[in-house]
Amino acid sequence: MNTDIAAVADVARRVLPEAAVITDRARLRTYECDGLAHYRVTPALVVIPEDATQLAAIVRACAEYGVPYVARGSGTGLSGGALPHADGVLVVTSRMRAITEMRPEDQRAVVEPGVINLDVTRAATPHGYYYAPDPSSQQICSIGGNVAENSGGAHCLKYGFTTNHVLGADFVTSEGDTVPLGGDAPDSPGYDLLGAVVGSEGTLGIVTSTTVKLVRLPEEVRTILVGFETTDQAGAATSAIISAGIVPAAIEMMDALAVEAAEAAVHCNYPAGAGAVLVIELDGAAIEVEQEYAEVERMCAENGAFEQRLATDPADRALIWKGRKSAFAAVGRISPDYIVQDGVIPRTALPQVLSAIAELSSSSGVRVANVFHAGDGNLHPLVLFDDEIEGAGEAAERVSGAILDLCIEHGGSITGEHGVGMDKAKYMPRMYTDDDLDTMQMVRCAFDPQNISNPGKIFPTPRLCGEVPGRHKGAHPLQDAGLAEVF
Amino acid sequence: MRIHTLDQTAREAIASACADVQDATDGDHVDTVTPGLVARPTDVAQVAEVLRAATAHRLSVVPRGRGTKLSWGTPPTSADVLLDVSALDRVIDHAAGDLIVAAQAGTPLADVQQAVGDAGQRLALDETVPGTSIGGLLAANTSGPRRVAIGSARDLLIGITVVRADGVVAKAGGRVVKNVAGYDLGKLMIGSFGTLAVIVDATFRLHPLPAARTWVSAPVSSPAEAQRLVQSVLHAQAVPAAIEVEWGSDSGPATGTATGVVSVLLEGREDGVAGRAATVRALLGETATESATDQPAGGATYPWDVTAAGDDRATAFKLTFALSGLADVMQTATETGVTLRGSAGAGVAYAALAAGTPVEAARTALDRLRRTCTGRGGSAVVVDAPTDVKSGLDVWGPVPALDLMSRVKDQFDPDHRLAPGRFVGGL
Repeated sequence: MNTDIAAVADVARRVLPEAAVITDRARLRTYECDGLAHYRVTPALVVIPEDATQLAAIVRACAEYGVPYVARGSGTGLSGGALPHADGVLVVTSRMRAITEMRPEDQRAVVEPGVINLDVTRAATPHGYYYAPDPSSQQICSIGGNVAENSGGAHCLKYGFTTNHVLGADFVTSEGDTVPLGGDAPDSPGYDLLGAVVGSEGTLGIVTSTTVKLVRLPEEVRTILVGFETTDQAGAATSAIISAGIVPAAIEMMDALAVEAAEAAVHCNYPAGAGAVLVIELDGAAIEVEQEYAEVERMCAENGAFEQRLATDPADRALIWKGRKSAFAAVGRISPDYIVQDGVIPRTALPQVLSAIAELSSSSGVRVANVFHAGDGNLHPLVLFDDEIEGAGEAAERVSGAILDLCIEHGGSITGEHGVGMDKAKYMPRMYTDDDLDTMQMVRCAFDPQNISNPGKIFPTPRLCGEVPGRHKGAHPLQDAGLAEVF
Repeated sequence: MRIHTLDQTAREAIASACADVQDATDGDHVDTVTPGLVARPTDVAQVAEVLRAATAHRLSVVPRGRGTKLSWGTPPTSADVLLDVSALDRVIDHAAGDLIVAAQAGTPLADVQQAVGDAGQRLALDETVPGTSIGGLLAANTSGPRRVAIGSARDLLIGITVVRADGVVAKAGGRVVKNVAGYDLGKLMIGSFGTLAVIVDATFRLHPLPAARTWVSAPVSSPAEAQRLVQSVLHAQAVPAAIEVEWGSDSGPATGTATGVVSVLLEGREDGVAGRAATVRALLGETATESATDQPAGGATYPWDVTAAGDDRATAFKLTFALSGLADVMQTATETGVTLRGSAGAGVAYAALAAGTPVEAARTALDRLRRTCTGRGGSAVVVDAPTDVKSGLDVWGPVPALDLMSRVKDQFDPDHRLAPGRFVGGL
């Protein structure tokens, strides 16, 4: 442990209970990765604050000694956003789990960062409300992590992402100061700093309290499981539904391989022999849901559906969703190793991109199972491989990267909801120019000039905050100093 | 009125950066300030050229879209160049199948609606100021009744291109709705009054045009009654597109009595709208009326005349508050004699004091409204006011995190040449 870390550890021991400061090597290793397990770094120090004051004190100490820190909620992220820093502090929010306010009359709840996503909905449901963003990991992921990653979920097609549901936050700056951002009401005066913080992957600071919007539980929900022969048919049905002006709460697609995996894992009883299934959920006022259901059923049939199954009770609905939400983990049943990809395309490009992925798969011999949020073009190809076979991991990486290139070619994005983190920083220059990235990093420099808040994530090359790009004239400073020569 | 004059070399630099450069006239003033020159670039490259020339000559630059809200906010401390982007007026891309539209900053919102309306779609942002451009709407963050269901600009903007103060063109986001790659710079630009960068184009998520709509309205005679009705609609299964409240004195200001109307907009499928309207009528009581064609008085407009100029302007406020703070805000409105109109369903309302209200009275009203709104989790800011009144008011009020905001400004515009002084804390 270097002296700076030791100094932060001393501060931590003064402000935190003994058990909340971890320096033991074996215990540190339990925090070496998040949900993206092939990146592993053992942190130098782990702290588990119980409240915002303790957390701010740790950050202040980090600022004083120039020590990097990384915030971690439940550690379910899929882009290595919570990957620790070897010479840094991992700040774990799992003990900050209070729902401090539940105010249905204001459609607001105030929660600490370690609160589990689904627990907000559980607490709001008796009042007739719920928290809309629902990442597949909602039973274990934390609100703090959701805020960092701007998490989506199946229902963001209709209801939007975390950023649309967060109104206010207590925010600990990279100096360890606590400032309120936003509030109960929208449109706080000044720049929308909260809008920049949500989705910034912990690189701007740490949120210690979040005011979230609660949404009225819908009067009626219908979940339909539809089997098709091919993904093209399922894609055409999706297009037909959207073009008809229907905005379902969710439209999810899984291809044959993904269905096979889900079936093996959770016995969700999806239509046998389907080349693709759609999970379509309609919600809202009963009379409209009834009509939309009739139209959706007709459009699926017209596009070749061979089986349509309406969930008739909550248990049925839960089983349908279980198949979908367990799909990533389920792939472990059919492949020893896999990469979860997360790319976005304009929805209308779905058929071309799917056939291009199929070509990539067959030409490389790497199997790809497809699971995606079809309504908004967010693809989660699962690239399967066996790490025991030499070169298989590299081949899978190549296919995975090529899929991102396809997304960019079609005007899409390299990540729809999992974040850039450590995993995709290298792909950022394929989507944005140097000027774009430089401009984004101006925000970073404003919030964290020391570059200590989750450094090394999102951006492939850090921007020196004192530096003004493009204005260097003459020789390189090292050359001037006689330390380097130009060859 | 302050008038800026530029030296000859600076004039020539701007003139060589942009084909259309004119001397400013009275119609070009930004609140109380008449700029030195008006540059009207025809493409993004010219916008960048103008900003580079302004950097080289240390000139201040104030961006303008269609010029409908230039008197809002605080007046700039300097305006050497008015950068008019009204010639950037094209709808760049409408991908109907993907429900997105991209338009240049100077494009009138109405043109965008026209372009997407033919495909049965809409950009679900209300035109609260007639003639407003996309860029102006974003920079001033205007919103109307429909924000209850769909949200405001921050919920619909998915991509943006800006030109920085140093002339560098940068984009963020993209043309897909779901995208978490990199920082969301668009959100920082929304409501920034042109102080961070010049917006040159924007991409938005679209929604299908509803097949049917209807307004259900009922008179209210007390703040408590209005709040009770609004809460009952919010908690019912009515899925309201908008919940508006209108509240003011019938008999001159500050009489201590007022009356109003609560109106609920329902949009969707024919049968659904009819069914939900019946639900809302039952909640609003016997006096409720329904109209499928007419918006209630006011519609998506402010409770003041946005076309008034100079001293004919009302003193106009934007108020935000937690939903259950509605009655308190209405009560304070009654006591301070302001006319109130806005989104009771979103906690965003607008208030006005008639033109001619003296500054002392305006200050008293603002202080009281601000106390009520901040006490209910929101804020009160001055949108517009006659010069003498505005200069006597704290336009933005307390701004938490102002230090961080200054740091953001310093990064984007280190010399403070973009719309200097137009925003919070003198930024």
